[in-house]
Amino acid sequence: MNDAAVGRIDWNDPSIAKIRRDMLRFAQLQLRDAGAAEDMVQEALFSAMKYEASFAGRSALKTWMFSILRNKIVDHIRKSSREIAGADLVAGSAEDGDDFDALFDERGHWNPEDRPPTWADPESSLSQQQFWEVFDACLDRLPPKTSRVFMMREFLDLDTDEICAELGISTSNCWVILHRARAGLRMCLDRDWFGQEDAPC
Amino acid sequence: MLSCKEVNRLCSEEQDRKLSLTERINLRMHLAICKACTNFRDQMRFLRSATRRYREGQRGPAED
Repeated sequence: MNDAAVGRIDWNDPSIAKIRRDMLRFAQLQLRDAGAAEDMVQEALFSAMKYEASFAGRSALKTWMFSILRNKIVDHIRKSSREIAGADLVAGSAEDGDDFDALFDERGHWNPEDRPPTWADPESSLSQQQFWEVFDACLDRLPPKTSRVFMMREFLDLDTDEICAELGISTSNCWVILHRARAGLRMCLDRDWFGQEDAPC
Repeated sequence: MLSCKEVNRLCSEEQDRKLSLTERINLRMHLAICKACTNFRDQMRFLRSATRRYREGQRGPAED
């Protein structure tokens, strides 16, 4: 399919339909708007077809198409900025604040039962389908606005300055939200995927 | 000496901004003696590599 010597992509190949489905799911997750997601995927596919010659086969075809889609989504977000009011975000981020404070004693040390254990060979999880199902479920469990900031940072690769400008929140608030998102995901993966082993501190 | 709670915050923030020299030294001193925070930091870095795979559409077994 992505035979660099031939340099042509077969757009009717069934693997393209599968990539398209994955792109749609990714776009829906970022935009929470089925219509806009469909438009973004369509635009990304048109661009990919148009600029097919610039795909040199250096990366996987899917990686290349996802990078085009990501750029489309970022453009879309920049055009329709301030989708979520900053005030909502601040209020939303307070709801899970206490959970994380509860992991530490009054001097700021881990409670013995909450110390992060060592994860055995986490990299190998990345190639397991079940891991990604757990990952999705953990992402879903984050408060919606927390997950929104996390996805802008990690999936769309926006820097925190841009995220806070888009959402009208302070940079330090952005860092706090990202910290909560990561700590929440970590705890969820620890519980639902990696299992428990205590680490001494 | 930083507390584990403060170290947690720095382990997340180092993914979003460049830490100051003081912060980096304090972080390193704490991590040298705290296995739980070292695990936490490794896991923050693992999350970063997982989200990178995710955004490239490379979830699950290699496909092409």
